[in-house]
Amino acid sequence: MLNVGKIEEGFVLDHIKAGKSLSIYHHLQLDKLDCTVAIIKNARSNKMERKDILKVECDIDTLNLDILGFIDHNITVNVIKDGRIVEKRQLSLPKEIKHVIKCKNPRCITSIEQGLPHIFVLTDPKKEIYRCKYCEEKCRQRW
Amino acid sequence: MRHLMSPLDFTTGELEQLFALANDIEQHMDRYAHICEGKKLATCFYEPSTRTRLSFEAAMLNLGGKVLGFSDAGSSSASKGESVSDTIRVISCYADICAMRHPKEGAPMVAATRSAIPVINAGDGGHQHPTQTLTDLLTIRSLKGRLSDLTIGLCGDLKFGRTVHSLIHALTRYENIRFLFISPEELRIPSYMTEMLREKGIGYEEVIRLEDCIGSLDLLYMTRVQRERFFNEEDYVRLKDFYILDKEKLALAGPDMLILHPLPRVNEISVEVDEDPRAVYFKQAQYGVYVRMALICTLLGLTDQPLQEK
Repeated sequence: MLNVGKIEEGFVLDHIKAGKSLSIYHHLQLDKLDCTVAIIKNARSNKMERKDILKVECDIDTLNLDILGFIDHNITVNVIKDGRIVEKRQLSLPKEIKHVIKCKNPRCITSIEQGLPHIFVLTDPKKEIYRCKYCEEKCRQRW
Repeated sequence: MRHLMSPLDFTTGELEQLFALANDIEQHMDRYAHICEGKKLATCFYEPSTRTRLSFEAAMLNLGGKVLGFSDAGSSSASKGESVSDTIRVISCYADICAMRHPKEGAPMVAATRSAIPVINAGDGGHQHPTQTLTDLLTIRSLKGRLSDLTIGLCGDLKFGRTVHSLIHALTRYENIRFLFISPEELRIPSYMTEMLREKGIGYEEVIRLEDCIGSLDLLYMTRVQRERFFNEEDYVRLKDFYILDKEKLALAGPDMLILHPLPRVNEISVEVDEDPRAVYFKQAQYGVYVRMALICTLLGLTDQPLQEK
Protein backbone atom coordinates (compact mmCIF):
# COMPACT_ATOMS: atom_id res chain seq x y z
CA MET A 1 0.00 0.00 0.00
CA LEU A 2 1.36 3.38 -1.03
CA ASN A 3 0.91 6.24 1.45
CA VAL A 4 0.45 9.84 0.35
CA GLY A 5 0.63 12.41 3.11
CA LYS A 6 -2.08 14.79 4.28
CA ILE A 7 -2.46 18.28 2.87
CA GLU A 8 -2.90 21.34 5.09
CA GLU A 9 -5.14 23.45 2.85
CA GLY A 10 -6.77 22.66 -0.47
CA PHE A 11 -8.89 19.95 -2.00
CA VAL A 12 -9.10 16.22 -2.15
CA LEU A 13 -11.06 15.12 -5.19
CA ASP A 14 -12.25 11.62 -4.43
CA HIS A 15 -14.21 8.98 -6.38
CA ILE A 16 -12.77 9.92 -9.74
CA LYS A 17 -13.32 7.16 -12.28
CA ALA A 18 -10.17 5.04 -12.46
CA GLY A 19 -7.80 6.32 -15.13
CA LYS A 20 -9.44 9.74 -15.49
CA SER A 21 -7.39 11.76 -13.01
CA LEU A 22 -4.90 13.03 -15.59
CA SER A 23 -7.66 14.25 -17.81
CA ILE A 24 -9.17 16.16 -14.89
CA TYR A 25 -5.72 17.49 -14.01
CA HIS A 26 -5.54 19.09 -17.45
CA HIS A 27 -9.17 20.29 -17.55
CA LEU A 28 -8.74 22.03 -14.20
CA GLN A 29 -5.47 23.48 -15.51
CA LEU A 30 -3.63 22.24 -12.43
CA ASP A 31 -0.42 22.21 -14.47
CA LYS A 32 -0.56 26.01 -14.41
CA LEU A 33 -0.78 26.22 -10.62
CA ASP A 34 2.36 26.58 -8.58
CA CYS A 35 1.31 24.17 -5.84
CA THR A 36 1.68 20.57 -4.75
CA VAL A 37 -0.54 18.10 -6.57
CA ALA A 38 -0.73 14.37 -5.86
CA ILE A 39 -2.27 12.14 -8.50
CA ILE A 40 -3.29 8.76 -7.15
CA LYS A 41 -4.32 6.23 -9.75
CA ASN A 42 -6.19 2.97 -9.31
CA ALA A 43 -6.65 3.24 -5.57
CA ARG A 44 -8.83 0.53 -3.98
CA SER A 45 -12.41 1.60 -3.36
CA ASN A 46 -15.36 -0.18 -1.71
CA LYS A 47 -17.79 1.82 -3.82
CA MET A 48 -16.05 1.72 -7.18
CA GLU A 49 -13.51 -1.13 -6.88
CA ARG A 50 -10.85 1.16 -8.40
CA LYS A 51 -10.77 4.92 -8.33
CA ASP A 52 -8.45 7.87 -8.83
CA ILE A 53 -7.82 10.62 -6.28
CA LEU A 54 -6.38 14.08 -6.74
CA LYS A 55 -4.93 16.05 -3.84
CA VAL A 56 -4.33 19.71 -4.54
CA GLU A 57 -2.68 21.97 -2.01
CA CYS A 58 -3.97 25.40 -2.98
CA ASP A 59 -6.25 28.26 -1.99
CA ILE A 60 -9.79 26.87 -2.02
CA ASP A 61 -11.04 29.63 -4.31
CA THR A 62 -8.72 28.69 -7.17
CA LEU A 63 -10.69 25.68 -8.41
CA ASN A 64 -13.48 26.07 -10.96
CA LEU A 65 -16.01 23.58 -9.66
CA ASP A 66 -18.36 24.28 -12.58
CA ILE A 67 -15.89 22.54 -14.86
CA LEU A 68 -15.61 19.65 -12.43
CA GLY A 69 -19.41 19.32 -12.24
CA PHE A 70 -19.53 19.22 -16.03
CA ILE A 71 -16.78 16.60 -16.26
CA ASP A 72 -18.22 14.27 -13.63
CA HIS A 73 -20.67 15.40 -10.97
CA ASN A 74 -20.20 12.15 -9.01
CA ILE A 75 -16.74 13.20 -7.86
CA THR A 76 -16.56 13.99 -4.14
CA VAL A 77 -14.93 17.30 -3.31
CA ASN A 78 -13.43 17.50 0.17
CA VAL A 79 -12.34 20.95 1.27
CA ILE A 80 -9.34 20.77 3.60
CA LYS A 81 -8.27 23.39 6.12
CA ASP A 82 -5.65 22.89 8.85
CA GLY A 83 -5.28 19.29 7.72
CA ARG A 84 -8.99 18.44 8.26
CA ILE A 85 -12.02 18.03 6.07
CA VAL A 86 -14.13 21.14 6.77
CA GLU A 87 -16.65 20.71 3.98
CA LYS A 88 -17.86 18.13 1.48
CA ARG A 89 -19.05 19.92 -1.61
CA GLN A 90 -21.79 18.43 -3.72
CA LEU A 91 -21.20 18.89 -7.42
CA SER A 92 -24.04 19.53 -9.79
CA LEU A 93 -24.30 19.86 -13.54
CA PRO A 94 -23.64 23.52 -14.37
CA LYS A 95 -26.39 25.21 -16.43
CA GLU A 96 -23.83 26.68 -18.79
CA ILE A 97 -20.14 26.16 -19.46
CA LYS A 98 -17.84 28.52 -21.28
CA HIS A 99 -14.49 27.79 -22.94
CA VAL A 100 -14.32 24.18 -21.69
CA ILE A 101 -15.16 22.27 -24.85
CA LYS A 102 -15.37 23.38 -28.45
CA CYS A 103 -18.29 22.86 -30.80
CA LYS A 104 -17.32 20.25 -33.37
CA ASN A 105 -20.08 21.09 -35.86
CA PRO A 106 -18.26 22.43 -38.95
CA ARG A 107 -21.42 24.36 -39.89
CA CYS A 108 -21.49 26.21 -36.55
CA ILE A 109 -20.73 29.95 -36.50
CA THR A 110 -18.07 29.27 -33.83
CA SER A 111 -15.97 27.66 -36.58
CA ILE A 112 -15.41 31.04 -38.31
CA GLU A 113 -16.31 33.90 -35.97
CA GLN A 114 -13.26 35.26 -34.18
CA GLY A 115 -13.34 35.77 -30.42
CA LEU A 116 -16.67 34.04 -29.96
CA PRO A 117 -16.82 32.10 -26.68
CA HIS A 118 -17.65 28.40 -27.00
CA ILE A 119 -20.70 28.05 -24.76
CA PHE A 120 -22.63 24.86 -24.03
CA VAL A 121 -25.99 24.88 -22.28
CA LEU A 122 -27.54 22.07 -20.22
CA THR A 123 -30.74 21.30 -22.17
CA ASP A 124 -31.75 17.99 -20.57
CA PRO A 125 -30.58 17.56 -16.96
CA LYS A 126 -32.14 14.07 -16.77
CA LYS A 127 -30.12 12.73 -19.70
CA GLU A 128 -27.22 15.10 -18.95
CA ILE A 129 -27.29 16.57 -22.44
CA TYR A 130 -25.39 19.73 -23.27
CA ARG A 131 -25.91 21.60 -26.54
CA CYS A 132 -23.97 24.36 -28.26
CA LYS A 133 -25.64 27.69 -27.49
CA TYR A 134 -25.45 28.74 -31.15
CA CYS A 135 -26.13 25.71 -33.36
CA GLU A 136 -27.69 23.39 -30.71
CA GLU A 137 -25.39 20.53 -31.71
CA LYS A 138 -25.25 17.91 -28.97
CA CYS A 139 -21.99 17.56 -27.05
CA ARG A 140 -21.09 13.94 -27.80
CA GLN A 141 -18.32 13.33 -25.31
CA ARG A 142 -17.91 15.20 -22.07
CA TRP A 143 -14.43 13.90 -21.31
CA MET B 1 -35.80 44.61 -27.43
CA ARG B 2 -36.83 41.22 -28.80
CA HIS B 3 -35.39 39.20 -31.68
CA LEU B 4 -36.67 36.11 -33.48
CA MET B 5 -34.22 33.20 -33.61
CA SER B 6 -36.51 30.19 -33.30
CA PRO B 7 -40.29 29.75 -33.65
CA LEU B 8 -40.34 28.74 -29.98
CA ASP B 9 -39.00 32.18 -28.93
CA PHE B 10 -42.59 33.41 -28.86
CA THR B 11 -45.11 32.00 -26.40
CA THR B 12 -48.34 30.63 -27.88
CA GLY B 13 -50.04 33.75 -26.51
CA GLU B 14 -47.59 36.00 -28.34
CA LEU B 15 -48.05 33.96 -31.50
CA GLU B 16 -51.81 34.37 -31.17
CA GLN B 17 -51.33 38.17 -31.11
CA LEU B 18 -48.99 38.00 -34.08
CA PHE B 19 -51.41 35.89 -36.14
CA ALA B 20 -54.38 38.12 -35.22
CA LEU B 21 -52.36 41.10 -36.43
CA ALA B 22 -51.40 39.24 -39.64
CA ASN B 23 -55.09 38.49 -40.30
CA ASP B 24 -56.00 42.13 -39.68
CA ILE B 25 -53.27 43.18 -42.13
CA GLU B 26 -54.73 40.72 -44.66
CA GLN B 27 -58.20 42.28 -44.27
CA HIS B 28 -57.10 45.93 -44.11
CA MET B 29 -53.83 46.34 -46.01
CA ASP B 30 -54.48 50.06 -46.52
CA ARG B 31 -54.51 50.73 -42.76
CA TYR B 32 -50.93 49.48 -42.51
CA ALA B 33 -49.57 51.04 -45.70
CA HIS B 34 -47.71 53.84 -43.89
CA ILE B 35 -47.05 52.35 -40.45
CA CYS B 36 -43.31 51.88 -41.15
CA GLU B 37 -42.73 55.16 -42.97
CA GLY B 38 -39.24 56.41 -42.14
CA LYS B 39 -38.12 52.92 -41.05
CA LYS B 40 -35.57 50.76 -42.84
CA LEU B 41 -35.19 46.99 -43.05
CA ALA B 42 -31.69 45.60 -43.73
CA THR B 43 -31.75 42.25 -45.51
CA CYS B 44 -28.34 40.68 -44.83
CA PHE B 45 -28.30 37.53 -46.93
CA TYR B 46 -24.93 35.77 -46.82
CA GLU B 47 -26.30 33.12 -49.17
CA PRO B 48 -28.87 33.50 -51.92
CA SER B 49 -32.51 32.87 -51.14
CA THR B 50 -34.64 34.82 -53.53
CA ARG B 51 -38.05 33.91 -52.15
CA THR B 52 -37.35 34.59 -48.47
CA ARG B 53 -35.54 37.85 -49.24
CA LEU B 54 -38.25 39.12 -51.58
CA SER B 55 -40.92 38.15 -49.07
CA PHE B 56 -39.19 40.27 -46.39
CA GLU B 57 -38.69 43.13 -48.81
CA ALA B 58 -42.32 42.99 -50.00
CA ALA B 59 -43.45 42.97 -46.36
CA MET B 60 -41.46 46.14 -45.51
CA LEU B 61 -42.48 47.93 -48.71
CA ASN B 62 -46.16 47.09 -48.01
CA LEU B 63 -45.73 48.78 -44.62
CA GLY B 64 -44.37 51.95 -46.21
CA GLY B 65 -40.81 51.33 -45.08
CA LYS B 66 -37.60 51.14 -47.10
CA VAL B 67 -35.19 48.28 -47.70
CA LEU B 68 -31.42 48.01 -48.05
CA GLY B 69 -29.03 45.08 -47.94
CA PHE B 70 -27.04 42.47 -49.82
CA SER B 71 -28.04 39.16 -51.32
CA ASP B 72 -24.86 37.08 -51.15
CA ALA B 73 -21.69 37.05 -49.10
CA GLY B 74 -19.57 37.97 -52.14
CA SER B 75 -21.11 41.43 -52.34
CA SER B 76 -20.78 42.06 -48.59
CA SER B 77 -17.90 42.89 -46.30
CA ALA B 78 -17.83 39.22 -45.27
CA SER B 79 -15.76 38.58 -48.40
CA LYS B 80 -13.14 40.88 -46.83
CA GLY B 81 -13.21 38.80 -43.67
CA GLU B 82 -15.48 40.95 -41.49
CA SER B 83 -17.12 39.11 -38.60
CA VAL B 84 -20.88 38.87 -38.13
CA SER B 85 -20.50 40.78 -34.85
CA ASP B 86 -18.84 43.73 -36.57
CA THR B 87 -21.24 43.70 -39.52
CA ILE B 88 -24.34 43.90 -37.32
CA ARG B 89 -22.84 46.74 -35.26
CA VAL B 90 -22.43 48.71 -38.47
CA ILE B 91 -25.86 47.70 -39.88
CA SER B 92 -27.40 48.87 -36.57
CA CYS B 93 -26.28 52.40 -37.53
CA TYR B 94 -28.02 52.21 -40.92
CA ALA B 95 -31.32 50.39 -40.35
CA ASP B 96 -34.09 49.89 -37.77
CA ILE B 97 -34.48 46.12 -38.12
CA CYS B 98 -32.48 43.34 -39.77
CA ALA B 99 -33.37 40.04 -41.43
CA MET B 100 -30.31 37.79 -41.64
CA ARG B 101 -29.70 34.60 -43.58
CA HIS B 102 -26.35 32.90 -43.08
CA PRO B 103 -24.96 29.48 -44.03
CA LYS B 104 -23.41 29.07 -40.57
CA GLU B 105 -25.71 27.82 -37.83
CA GLY B 106 -26.15 30.28 -34.98
CA ALA B 107 -24.87 33.32 -36.93
CA PRO B 108 -28.10 35.34 -36.44
CA MET B 109 -27.90 34.60 -32.71
CA VAL B 110 -24.39 36.04 -32.60
CA ALA B 111 -25.72 39.07 -34.47
CA ALA B 112 -28.61 39.43 -32.00
CA THR B 113 -26.28 39.51 -29.01
CA ARG B 114 -24.29 42.39 -30.52
CA SER B 115 -27.11 44.26 -32.23
CA ALA B 116 -28.75 47.54 -31.30
CA ILE B 117 -31.76 46.70 -33.52
CA PRO B 118 -34.11 43.67 -33.65
CA VAL B 119 -32.69 40.74 -35.65
CA ILE B 120 -34.84 38.17 -37.45
CA ASN B 121 -33.31 34.83 -38.32
CA ALA B 122 -34.14 34.35 -42.00
CA GLY B 123 -32.51 30.89 -42.06
CA ASP B 124 -29.20 29.69 -40.63
CA GLY B 125 -27.87 26.63 -42.43
CA GLY B 126 -29.77 23.48 -41.54
CA HIS B 127 -30.67 24.89 -38.13
CA GLN B 128 -33.70 27.21 -37.95
CA HIS B 129 -35.97 29.07 -40.36
CA PRO B 130 -38.55 30.52 -37.98
CA THR B 131 -40.43 32.76 -40.43
CA GLN B 132 -41.20 29.68 -42.58
CA THR B 133 -42.72 27.99 -39.52
CA LEU B 134 -44.70 31.13 -38.65
CA THR B 135 -45.93 31.18 -42.26
CA ASP B 136 -47.04 27.53 -41.99
CA LEU B 137 -48.81 28.14 -38.68
CA LEU B 138 -50.58 31.26 -39.96
CA THR B 139 -51.72 29.40 -43.09
CA ILE B 140 -53.13 26.52 -41.03
CA ARG B 141 -54.78 28.84 -38.49
CA SER B 142 -56.30 31.06 -41.18
CA LEU B 143 -57.61 28.31 -43.45
CA LYS B 144 -58.52 25.68 -40.85
CA GLY B 145 -59.59 28.14 -38.15
CA ARG B 146 -57.50 26.38 -35.49
CA LEU B 147 -54.08 25.06 -34.59
CA SER B 148 -55.37 22.26 -32.35
CA ASP B 149 -57.32 19.04 -33.05
CA LEU B 150 -55.50 18.23 -36.26
CA THR B 151 -54.17 15.12 -37.95
CA ILE B 152 -51.15 16.23 -39.93
CA GLY B 153 -49.36 14.21 -42.57
CA LEU B 154 -45.78 15.18 -43.37
CA CYS B 155 -44.50 13.65 -46.56
CA GLY B 156 -41.13 13.37 -48.33
CA ASP B 157 -37.75 14.14 -46.82
CA LEU B 158 -38.40 13.92 -43.10
CA LYS B 159 -34.79 13.18 -42.23
CA PHE B 160 -33.08 16.38 -43.35
CA GLY B 161 -36.11 18.64 -43.74
CA ARG B 162 -35.48 21.60 -41.45
CA THR B 163 -38.95 23.09 -42.06
CA VAL B 164 -40.60 19.81 -41.10
CA HIS B 165 -38.72 19.47 -37.79
CA SER B 166 -39.40 23.07 -36.92
CA LEU B 167 -43.12 22.77 -37.72
CA ILE B 168 -43.43 19.60 -35.61
CA HIS B 169 -41.81 21.35 -32.62
CA ALA B 170 -44.12 24.34 -33.03
CA LEU B 171 -47.28 22.21 -33.34
CA THR B 172 -46.53 20.12 -30.25
CA ARG B 173 -47.51 23.16 -28.18
CA TYR B 174 -51.15 22.81 -29.27
CA GLU B 175 -53.84 20.40 -28.05
CA ASN B 176 -54.78 17.11 -29.66
CA ILE B 177 -52.28 17.00 -32.51
CA ARG B 178 -51.48 13.73 -34.27
CA PHE B 179 -48.74 13.21 -36.84
CA LEU B 180 -48.40 10.79 -39.74
CA PHE B 181 -44.87 10.62 -41.08
CA ILE B 182 -44.87 9.47 -44.70
CA SER B 183 -41.41 8.78 -46.09
CA PRO B 184 -39.18 6.13 -47.62
CA GLU B 185 -36.99 4.17 -45.21
CA GLU B 186 -33.91 6.28 -46.12
CA LEU B 187 -35.57 9.58 -45.29
CA ARG B 188 -37.41 8.63 -42.09
CA ILE B 189 -37.99 11.13 -39.31
CA PRO B 190 -34.97 11.05 -36.92
CA SER B 191 -35.38 9.06 -33.72
CA TYR B 192 -34.78 12.10 -31.51
CA MET B 193 -37.95 13.63 -32.96
CA THR B 194 -40.11 10.56 -32.30
CA GLU B 195 -38.54 10.25 -28.85
CA MET B 196 -39.55 13.84 -28.11
CA LEU B 197 -43.13 13.11 -29.25
CA ARG B 198 -43.33 9.99 -27.07
CA GLU B 199 -42.10 11.97 -24.05
CA LYS B 200 -44.81 14.58 -24.66
CA GLY B 201 -47.45 11.90 -25.18
CA ILE B 202 -48.20 13.03 -28.73
CA GLY B 203 -49.49 10.38 -31.13
CA TYR B 204 -47.67 9.58 -34.36
CA GLU B 205 -47.40 6.85 -36.94
CA GLU B 206 -44.80 6.17 -39.61
CA VAL B 207 -46.09 4.99 -42.98
CA ILE B 208 -44.49 4.36 -46.33
CA ARG B 209 -47.40 4.72 -48.77
CA LEU B 210 -49.20 8.06 -49.02
CA GLU B 211 -52.32 6.31 -50.40
CA ASP B 212 -52.68 4.34 -47.15
CA CYS B 213 -53.26 7.38 -44.96
CA ILE B 214 -54.24 10.36 -47.09
CA GLY B 215 -57.94 9.79 -46.34
CA SER B 216 -57.47 10.45 -42.61
CA LEU B 217 -55.56 13.72 -42.89
CA ASP B 218 -56.64 17.29 -42.10
CA LEU B 219 -53.42 18.59 -43.59
CA LEU B 220 -50.79 17.22 -45.93
CA TYR B 221 -47.42 18.97 -45.75
CA MET B 222 -45.36 18.01 -48.79
CA THR B 223 -41.59 18.55 -48.97
CA ARG B 224 -38.98 18.44 -51.68
CA VAL B 225 -36.27 15.80 -51.71
CA GLN B 226 -33.22 18.05 -52.05
CA ARG B 227 -30.34 17.08 -54.29
CA GLU B 228 -27.78 18.76 -52.00
CA ARG B 229 -28.64 16.39 -49.13
CA PHE B 230 -27.30 13.33 -50.98
CA PHE B 231 -23.76 12.15 -51.37
CA ASN B 232 -24.44 10.28 -54.58
CA GLU B 233 -26.65 11.10 -57.52
CA GLU B 234 -28.00 7.54 -57.72
CA ASP B 235 -29.74 7.73 -54.35
CA TYR B 236 -31.18 11.14 -55.20
CA VAL B 237 -32.58 9.97 -58.54
CA ARG B 238 -34.06 6.85 -56.93
CA LEU B 239 -35.81 8.74 -54.15
CA LYS B 240 -36.83 12.04 -55.72
CA ASP B 241 -39.86 10.57 -57.46
CA PHE B 242 -40.89 8.37 -54.57
CA TYR B 243 -43.91 10.52 -53.75
CA ILE B 244 -45.69 12.45 -56.39
CA LEU B 245 -49.03 13.85 -55.39
CA ASP B 246 -51.34 13.66 -58.39
CA LYS B 247 -55.08 13.79 -58.99
CA GLU B 248 -55.43 10.05 -58.51
CA LYS B 249 -53.95 10.09 -54.99
CA LEU B 250 -55.79 13.29 -54.14
CA ALA B 251 -59.10 11.60 -54.98
CA LEU B 252 -58.57 9.47 -51.85
CA ALA B 253 -58.30 12.55 -49.60
CA GLY B 254 -61.11 14.21 -47.66
CA PRO B 255 -62.84 17.30 -49.11
CA ASP B 256 -61.36 19.62 -46.45
CA MET B 257 -57.79 18.37 -46.45
CA LEU B 258 -55.30 21.17 -47.16
CA ILE B 259 -52.07 20.68 -49.09
CA LEU B 260 -49.14 22.81 -47.93
CA HIS B 261 -45.61 23.01 -49.32
CA PRO B 262 -42.78 25.38 -48.31
CA LEU B 263 -41.80 25.73 -52.03
CA PRO B 264 -39.96 25.55 -54.34
CA ARG B 265 -41.57 22.41 -55.66
CA VAL B 266 -39.81 20.26 -58.22
CA ASN B 267 -42.17 17.50 -59.24
CA GLU B 268 -43.49 16.14 -55.93
CA ILE B 269 -46.84 17.84 -56.56
CA SER B 270 -48.14 17.38 -60.07
CA VAL B 271 -49.18 20.71 -61.68
CA GLU B 272 -52.68 19.30 -62.29
CA VAL B 273 -53.20 19.52 -58.50
CA ASP B 274 -52.66 23.31 -58.51
CA GLU B 275 -56.25 24.01 -59.57
CA ASP B 276 -57.72 21.93 -56.75
CA PRO B 277 -59.17 24.18 -54.00
CA ARG B 278 -57.34 22.04 -51.41
CA ALA B 279 -53.95 23.10 -52.84
CA VAL B 280 -53.03 26.16 -50.77
CA TYR B 281 -49.26 26.39 -51.25
CA PHE B 282 -49.41 29.61 -53.25
CA LYS B 283 -51.74 31.14 -50.66
CA GLN B 284 -49.15 29.99 -48.12
CA ALA B 285 -46.54 32.17 -49.88
CA GLN B 286 -48.96 35.11 -49.55
CA TYR B 287 -49.41 34.38 -45.84
CA GLY B 288 -45.61 34.47 -45.63
CA VAL B 289 -45.74 38.17 -46.51
CA TYR B 290 -48.55 38.90 -44.01
CA VAL B 291 -46.77 37.15 -41.17
CA ARG B 292 -43.50 38.98 -41.93
CA MET B 293 -45.40 42.28 -42.00
CA ALA B 294 -46.91 41.45 -38.60
CA LEU B 295 -43.49 40.40 -37.30
CA ILE B 296 -41.77 43.60 -38.44
CA CYS B 297 -44.52 45.74 -36.81
CA THR B 298 -44.33 43.68 -33.62
CA LEU B 299 -40.53 43.72 -33.26
CA LEU B 300 -40.45 47.44 -34.00
CA GLY B 301 -43.01 47.98 -31.22
CA LEU B 302 -45.60 49.48 -33.57
CA THR B 303 -48.53 47.46 -32.23
CA ASP B 304 -51.08 48.12 -29.49
CA GLN B 305 -49.73 45.25 -27.38
CA PRO B 306 -45.93 45.41 -27.34
CA LEU B 307 -43.99 42.23 -26.56
CA GLN B 308 -42.68 41.74 -23.03
CA GLU B 309 -38.91 41.87 -22.66
CA LYS B 310 -37.40 38.41 -22.20
